[in-house]
Amino acid sequence: MTRKQKKALARIIISAAALAVCLLAENMFALPAWSEFVIFLIPYLIIGYDILIKAFKGILSGQVFDENFLMAVATVGAMALGEYMEAAAVMLFYQTGELFQSCAVGRSRQNISALMDIRPDYANIEKDGTLVQADPDDVEIGSEIVVKPGEKIPIDGIIVSGATTLNTAALTGESLPRDVGEGDEAQSGCINMTGLIKIKTTKKFGESTASKILELVENSSEKKSKSENFISKFARYYTPAVCISAFALAALVPLAMLVTGNQPEWGKWIMRALTFLVISCPCALVISIPLTFFAGIGGAGAAGILIKGSNYIETMAKTKYVVFDKTGTMTKGVFEVAGIHHNPIDDAKLLEYAALAESGSTHPIAKSICKECPNVDKSRVSDIHETAGFGVSAVIDGKQTAAGNEKLMKKLGVEYKPCHSAGTVVHIAIDGEYAGHILVADTVKPEAANALDSLKKAGIKKTVMLTGDGERTAKAVAEKIGADEVYSSLLPDGKVEITEKLLAAKKNGETLVFVGDGLNDAPVLSLADVGIAMGALGSDAAIEAADVVLMDDNPLKIAKAIKIARKCMRIVYQNIVFAIGVKLICLALGAAGIANMWAAIFADVGVMVIAVLNSIRALKTK
Amino acid sequence: MKKSYKIEVDCANCANKMEIAANKTEGVKSAAVNFMALKMNVEFEDGYEPKAVMGEILKRCRKVEPDCEIFF
Repeated sequence: MTRKQKKALARIIISAAALAVCLLAENMFALPAWSEFVIFLIPYLIIGYDILIKAFKGILSGQVFDENFLMAVATVGAMALGEYMEAAAVMLFYQTGELFQSCAVGRSRQNISALMDIRPDYANIEKDGTLVQADPDDVEIGSEIVVKPGEKIPIDGIIVSGATTLNTAALTGESLPRDVGEGDEAQSGCINMTGLIKIKTTKKFGESTASKILELVENSSEKKSKSENFISKFARYYTPAVCISAFALAALVPLAMLVTGNQPEWGKWIMRALTFLVISCPCALVISIPLTFFAGIGGAGAAGILIKGSNYIETMAKTKYVVFDKTGTMTKGVFEVAGIHHNPIDDAKLLEYAALAESGSTHPIAKSICKECPNVDKSRVSDIHETAGFGVSAVIDGKQTAAGNEKLMKKLGVEYKPCHSAGTVVHIAIDGEYAGHILVADTVKPEAANALDSLKKAGIKKTVMLTGDGERTAKAVAEKIGADEVYSSLLPDGKVEITEKLLAAKKNGETLVFVGDGLNDAPVLSLADVGIAMGALGSDAAIEAADVVLMDDNPLKIAKAIKIARKCMRIVYQNIVFAIGVKLICLALGAAGIANMWAAIFADVGVMVIAVLNSIRALKTK
Repeated sequence: MKKSYKIEVDCANCANKMEIAANKTEGVKSAAVNFMALKMNVEFEDGYEPKAVMGEILKRCRKVEPDCEIFF
């Protein structure tokens, strides 16, 4: 509890005790009316003086209809009608509710900031041989900072000395440690787990990953959702409307009674009107709806999903179509050896020969083969000849070796066996004999099929894959992961065209989400209802272009993001219906004289507490 | 120029009132209050000194919400 909250609690306890003494005194002695007023004034003023002052100041500066004004009018009115005990009790409950709300909001604020605990407090700088803790804001680009084990990396940079394991959980939501060494990039927000490292900073603190992410999450409430706008509009009309009805109840009803020749019963109707005023505060809505969105965004952030605004939560909850780019989204985006076929010699042996032959090449395919078989002895190779568009020939261990495509084999007159799988094929011939081929392909992420499956389970109507690759590769991947539709051989503007068509074909109120890696699909990211960029850790362009950013490249997070959005919206609707519903019922009961001021304040505070507690549920989604 | 300030305020509605008050202040292009993060983001018009503008914002905010605090 903060100092303010403790003070409020003390006031509540003292005033509750004073009220109890007053009640005892009232029941035990026959007090004259004026002295009753005086003794009840004590607990009333202890608990309510600040509200009365605020209400008075509010009137002076033209701020009528705020909750202080309403509470002041209602309780002063009750006092004037001789309902001393009611006035003091209502004020007491109101303050208790306010305290509870302040505690609940403070607690959830703490929860959320603990989840997003990536803000670095200091940077270690070496000065005259000793380490000094400096404000990260003051560290210039190109400075060297030292990060000890257990510390957070404060600023993005490149490791100049030392090696360690980094924990990226705070950024990606996955506790997969990453090994880094000299020359590797280090992102701020990661925790250095094992060794001391020196980092040369490449960015300013404000431009570093951790700062960017925090800025995104903290500013996300600026993009308000329709529900939030609805609530602020509702609050703008609701309070004055209830106040006007209260006036009608207090003045017009008795007047009408008078005109029709009945007893006006002023006191009874004024009391009912005051009950109206107590109910008229829209607190439960005003606090719980933004809190729900904030909790949802915070919970998503902890799972490595950055949502740039509550409006995107609202849109994403209605997702029916998921369109995604193949490379980098469902596949790893790097070429790897996917198979070795038709080889009379050992797989390893063939791979070794291929790697030796390709060891001098910079072609991406050659590189992926060399990666599979590192540390080859290059002295075994001589006479390397690379022919662009064909392949490589070289002498390895005295044997004439050729590695390349079909054209190379034809040129050499070697009979080769074609490959049936999708990908790029490297045929190898040793001393003029066919020795088999190596298939190099972009491999599908292990989670991809599962990811599409969970999208289907989440009620997505259609999944569409777009790719610049050829039809055979595209179809093979689509089949493997279970995409409903696939469009292949697309240039970037082709992707835009197809997305436009899909957008036009969908029904109103349905959302189309595009998932890409942000490399060359920025136009589609902004065209779709919601653009999700994937594997964005360290990629500023993707963070800028997308509405939702997945910090790591796990496609399962797409379904997770949609689920979080849906849960969040469910809670928002629950709170809206619950809060407005209870208020309307209480207004009706209050007008009929069934609910008194006690019931009204219970309804007001109780609804708010329940709505706030309900909002907090948005923090966690399975 | 855009700057972010830490604030202290008790209720969501009061935060909204502060936002409205800040937006009416001279020299402010746009201001947004995030009640959950307890932050006020202010974009200043060109040629205004942020410190002076913030003083004026605080004065206006105190008028609508006497308890509030802005750290600048």
